[in-house]
Amino acid sequence: MDELLDSFSTAAVLIVQLDSALVEIVGLSLRVSLVAVAIGTLVGLPLGAAIAVARFHGRNLLIISVNALMGLPPVVVGLLVYLNLSNAGPFGWLNLLYTPTAMIIAQIILVTPIIVALSRQFVEDANADYDEELRSIGVRGFAKLITLIVEVRHSLLTVVLAAFGRAIAEVGAVIVVGGNINHVTRMMTTAIALETSKGDLGLALALGLILILLAFSVNIMASALKRLDPGPISGR
Amino acid sequence: MLPATLPLHVRELVFKINGVRVLDGVNLDIPAAGCTAILGYNGAGKSVLLRLLHGLLTPTSGAIEWSGDFKPEQVAQRQAMVFQSPVLLRRSVEANIRYALTKRGFKGHDRVSQIEQALEQTNLVDIRQRHARVLSGGERQRVAIARALAVKPEVVFLDEPTASLDPAATIVIENILRGATNGGCKLIAVTQSVGQALRLADDIVFMHRGKVIEHTQRDEFLKAPKSAVARAFVEGKLYE
Repeated sequence: MDELLDSFSTAAVLIVQLDSALVEIVGLSLRVSLVAVAIGTLVGLPLGAAIAVARFHGRNLLIISVNALMGLPPVVVGLLVYLNLSNAGPFGWLNLLYTPTAMIIAQIILVTPIIVALSRQFVEDANADYDEELRSIGVRGFAKLITLIVEVRHSLLTVVLAAFGRAIAEVGAVIVVGGNINHVTRMMTTAIALETSKGDLGLALALGLILILLAFSVNIMASALKRLDPGPISGR
Repeated sequence: MLPATLPLHVRELVFKINGVRVLDGVNLDIPAAGCTAILGYNGAGKSVLLRLLHGLLTPTSGAIEWSGDFKPEQVAQRQAMVFQSPVLLRRSVEANIRYALTKRGFKGHDRVSQIEQALEQTNLVDIRQRHARVLSGGERQRVAIARALAVKPEVVFLDEPTASLDPAATIVIENILRGATNGGCKLIAVTQSVGQALRLADDIVFMHRGKVIEHTQRDEFLKAPKSAVARAFVEGKLYE
């Protein structure tokens, strides 16, 4: 018990004093996850919205596949990226393995299906509500897509937050392609795993507290945004 | 000036959903002026007919012949529709109207003057900056009508525009619609209210089970409907 209390006390000191190792690890985690989510959003959001309003052969299969990809095991994603970026792989010449860039690539693969699937659902629901009105006004195609995205923008932001939550908390992919190298690729989650295995609970707890704080913050923001998008404004 | 796309001729219009003939060979000639009311029991095909005429649905077979030498997209530009439960965008009253005008190609001073006219026509000037989220049902319907009238349509389709409104709000809406017809706009309105048809319509189309049973002048229809089903409807009775 005393040891546990000591660890919490150490964690608190590390946080309050903005320990340099702590700051470096948190900074790298945020950088990797934010970049991955940003790229995933740029690709996934328009794609999800387009799938929502388009009708084509194979649409249902595509939706099922994207939904299934949401459940990709992170360590399997890490393995696939590793195979491609390793010296024996097709992209080994890029020398990206065990770099933050490799971790970003892995996280992009993890978060993009989430962004595509969830944004598709929100835009599709909005399309069902707004379709007749917009077509009556003469709004179709790309203009309609933009209108729908604007109408559910707060819900789409919650999608981005959900993707960030997934990215910042995952450990399997980044430990495989990043290697958890000190000062290079050590993220919050991989550092917690390492420090716990070493028995150095202070840093692990500090990082864990920060992760919990981030998770709470993301959820609070998502709840606030959800209240701004309660549904279509109609007489229904 | 009468609408250039009217009169409208509908020939042998059929619409199927999952093999069921929702419209079963509708023939109709809709005149250019005034308000045509479409009456009938639930499931008669009234709303489906309205959506087909407005181009929101594609007929299974048959023809919808607008007057004048216009392409379908040109005909659509001359129309607007007000739904029973209108869906407004998440913005102010004025911004909702501006959106429709922008999408229909109105720009600059023309757009501004149309917004002002629409707000005045529908008594929305005082709440022009109010967000659609906080509007009452009657106010939302007025915004939908303002949005429709702002684009200077020749024809406005209305699908039970006052079905979910109280009597006071209904009177306000009907006064606005009467003003629109006086201004030369053709209204084609689905309603289940015989009273509303009496107050607004010039001619009445009565439908039952996907067919047009009668199409006559308002007074003639309401005083002496020719068919048993129309008589039952006017008298407020059920019909098997």
